[in-house]
Amino acid sequence: MAAADVLPETASVHWRRRVDAAQLRGRGRLWTLTMAAHVVPFAGAASLLLWMQPLALPVALVCFAHAWIIPELYAQRGANVLRPARRMSAADAAPGPEQRSVGLLGDLVGHEARELHARTGLVLEPGRLGAWLVGEKGAVLLHGGRRPRAYCYCVKVDPRRPAAADLPSGDRIAHLLLALRSDEQGFATVANLAFAGAPWRLRRRMSRETRAALKAALASDSRSSARL
Amino acid sequence: MSKLIRMDHTGHCTLAEWTPDDPAAVERAVEAFRSELDRGYLAMVSTGPGHAEHVRELPLDAELVIMRLPISGG
Repeated sequence: MAAADVLPETASVHWRRRVDAAQLRGRGRLWTLTMAAHVVPFAGAASLLLWMQPLALPVALVCFAHAWIIPELYAQRGANVLRPARRMSAADAAPGPEQRSVGLLGDLVGHEARELHARTGLVLEPGRLGAWLVGEKGAVLLHGGRRPRAYCYCVKVDPRRPAAADLPSGDRIAHLLLALRSDEQGFATVANLAFAGAPWRLRRRMSRETRAALKAALASDSRSSARL
Repeated sequence: MSKLIRMDHTGHCTLAEWTPDDPAAVERAVEAFRSELDRGYLAMVSTGPGHAEHVRELPLDAELVIMRLPISGG
């Protein structure tokens, strides 16, 4: 890849290996193993306790609760990347700048993506790695075709820049979208992976509106996988 | 008419407009472009549906050049 095509921000994370499809699958499997490493010991300990001493039921229940809650917390962390950013002041949510920013974003995407954004606040962007859902402070990549996995990335306009604090929502998404379009692998390299797992785990933690966007992204990913 | 815009707290603002056959307007646009680069902005040009390109010189033939801030992992 020519240097001009590489996302400039990757220089700030030069120690990271550039993300590609193989690395994505590897990281996905690692997440599954990590979840198993959290769940199996707690569930096993709970079962063993019950088998050895039924009176230990309360302790076993606490173990089961741990086995359930840890994966749920990770899934919640993943779903959080698609939540709208918290507004710092009323001026940030002023209708004029918001409308202008959404107008510019609308010019960058097609009719379907524009309509989906109006309903869900998220932009669907098909890529080479899979289908992306882009929000104000992160993006979710659906990758894997028949058995897709959701990769939730925490990424946003660099908060160290003073101008970043006042950006309206459409501009925040447009920043991420332009970076994603210029270098998809670089975008995934710069972003921090917050969660990887089955889309249904993510779906349970999403709002009703944004679930429609996840459904559209899953359909887009399976369509693009079928073409390959 | 080509446009150089910057995404900011107003939604976006137009920094310069030019046509390639107007040297004075081109010069103003190039100056505005460099000034934004010096402030740490990155310049992007859409190159078709789903594609964008990072540019380091003002592409005079581009319809729209968008200045954006860098991104980082959260």
